Amino acid sequence: MTETTAEELPEKVPPRFDTRAMTPYFFILPAVLVMAGGLLYPVIDAVYLSFFDWKIGTPFSKAEHVGLDNYWRMLGDPDVWESIWVTFRFGFWTISIEMVLGVALALMLEKPIRGASIFRTIFILPLMVSPVVVGLVWRYLFDARVGWINFYLAQWFGIEPQVWLGDADLAFFAIVFTDIWQWTPFIFIIVIAGLQALPSEVLEASRIDGANWWQQIFLVKLPMIRSILVIALLMRLIDVFRALEVMYIMTGGGPGRATELMSLHIYNRAFDAQLLGYASAISVLLIVIVFTLSLGILVISNPMKDKADV
Amino acid sequence: MAGVMLREVTKAYGPVVVIPKLDLTIKEGEFVVIVGPSGCGKSTTLRMIAGLETVSGGSIYIAGKEVTHAAPKARDIAMVFQSYALYPHMNVAGNMSFALRLAGTPKAEVEERVRRAAEMLELIPYLDRKPKDLSGGQRQRVAMGRSIVRDAYCFLFDEPLSNLDAKLRATMRTELAVLHKRLERTMVYVTHDQIEAMTMADRIVIMEKGVIQQVGTPREVYTAPANLFVAGFIGSPSMNFLEGEIADEAGVLRVRGAGFDLPVPGRMKERVSAARNRDVTVGLRPEHFSANDSGGVLAPIQLQVDVAEYIGSSQFLAAVVGQQHVTASVDVGPDAEPLRSGDYYFDADRIYLFDRASGQAL
Repeated sequence: MTETTAEELPEKVPPRFDTRAMTPYFFILPAVLVMAGGLLYPVIDAVYLSFFDWKIGTPFSKAEHVGLDNYWRMLGDPDVWESIWVTFRFGFWTISIEMVLGVALALMLEKPIRGASIFRTIFILPLMVSPVVVGLVWRYLFDARVGWINFYLAQWFGIEPQVWLGDADLAFFAIVFTDIWQWTPFIFIIVIAGLQALPSEVLEASRIDGANWWQQIFLVKLPMIRSILVIALLMRLIDVFRALEVMYIMTGGGPGRATELMSLHIYNRAFDAQLLGYASAISVLLIVIVFTLSLGILVISNPMKDKADV
Repeated sequence: MAGVMLREVTKAYGPVVVIPKLDLTIKEGEFVVIVGPSGCGKSTTLRMIAGLETVSGGSIYIAGKEVTHAAPKARDIAMVFQSYALYPHMNVAGNMSFALRLAGTPKAEVEERVRRAAEMLELIPYLDRKPKDLSGGQRQRVAMGRSIVRDAYCFLFDEPLSNLDAKLRATMRTELAVLHKRLERTMVYVTHDQIEAMTMADRIVIMEKGVIQQVGTPREVYTAPANLFVAGFIGSPSMNFLEGEIADEAGVLRVRGAGFDLPVPGRMKERVSAARNRDVTVGLRPEHFSANDSGGVLAPIQLQVDVAEYIGSSQFLAAVVGQQHVTASVDVGPDAEPLRSGDYYFDADRIYLFDRASGQAL
């Protein structure tokens, strides 16, 4: 081959329009459009509405611009604070029990033993049921007069019939129980996927290093799926602030406000009390709370920190 | 008896027997490399020694104790995996000290042993790093360090170098050999790479289809392969096999075939004359071809050269003898012109003869 010198290189034609620099932006454009249309618009609209006093049914042109009034009112509204408190209590009990149960079940059914796949399928059935149906089913199961729960409690344990959905504590227990029933499978399925994706050689290495069953779980397996656990936790946390249908159907938020989670409270304010602007202001608070909590969890746990690239 | 012993060890998955009755004795302090093509059962054998794979029959002894069904941690072994199998959530020090911490070793001693191993492997600057922040070679070192720290009786290696690039692999090979000298521990090393086996092993175990084909020092398996499989597996480029027959020319034995006629070395005479009327396979190592006969002791052989590959000081010839393809590695120095068809020579003292039906060496 002959030597190629710089002079012999073909002349470079400058591009009329350098598309290469633009290419990456074209690729993310659809995602940006969906985000903007589907996610940002409602948020911005909620923020905008929160500055108005607008009754449902009246034209928006009649709505009165009230500045920050809705926010001032919200800060002094004990009902709002109570719904936040109920939401946190609900979130604490449901998420902690779901995480523990889901992880435990996943660890038990992780091995490809005979029959495990049948159990796995049965466990995830509740996930496939629409929340409205879940609410209806459990409302009847918890029903004081015709519900199976009272029936079997009496039949098996001789326990007096309880007015499950009519007592503040019992109703709260009922919605926590129902949520655990429906959402434990979600943790289960995510965790089992994570466990099964763990590289077998690392687990074998830990056996050779002398780890027993417990040590393998707590020192190797769970730390290795930490990012998955954090993501599952985040998704459940966000779900708790969105939870609406089950409580709406089972208790309507009652008795009193015992089971009125934040989203249900917002719904009631918007469509029962017809205070759309005020409800929007509470929604903005909800967004702020969810955002802060999520960010906090992400900062504390940094799920990507230990992501090995092997 | 100390060392590692396998007695009539078998492994079956249901009705499929992957390892029928395997016997192997590894002396204490010995570096044994088990080598073979993929699926030959070498990794399964190693994993049975480690206790990661159940044993279907027979027994395994480590350091004189029967451990056939013992848990891995009860066997006093350390293991290095092909993927390194580091704990991604622990830093280098954490990875290396994990076993000691599990065993409840005092903290000061753990630190001391980790530091010593890290020094030996030049890992001191990386003790705080996570595996993802290390290069492949460094991860490999951490995996080694993790096993060194244990001070186990026996070290097991499952293709530890196959994920490294060629240059690093050569370096690590040397380091491993040095490590073995320093630690004086029994080491069992599995690989499919015969170069690794040849360079590091005290003894090589060659396996195929779950059966040990030959056990011997690198020199033994190269100079006296037990059968066609070993002959073809050991050596690079691999040995050429030509079909031929033994002829007796007035008391002088020759092996002949299409395009070649070579004298049988005197030392083989007795064994070969017994096989006089059987079909034989002749094994010619590529490196025993030469372009000229300086001493006048070599046997001439005609090569019809298809391609001559320039390697540097030698050339690889893809050639034809009679109608059979052969590879020859001819040492002609770096300045030689590409070699052409014509007369070449073969060191007839180094031919190998195999019974064609059984594949066994004559």
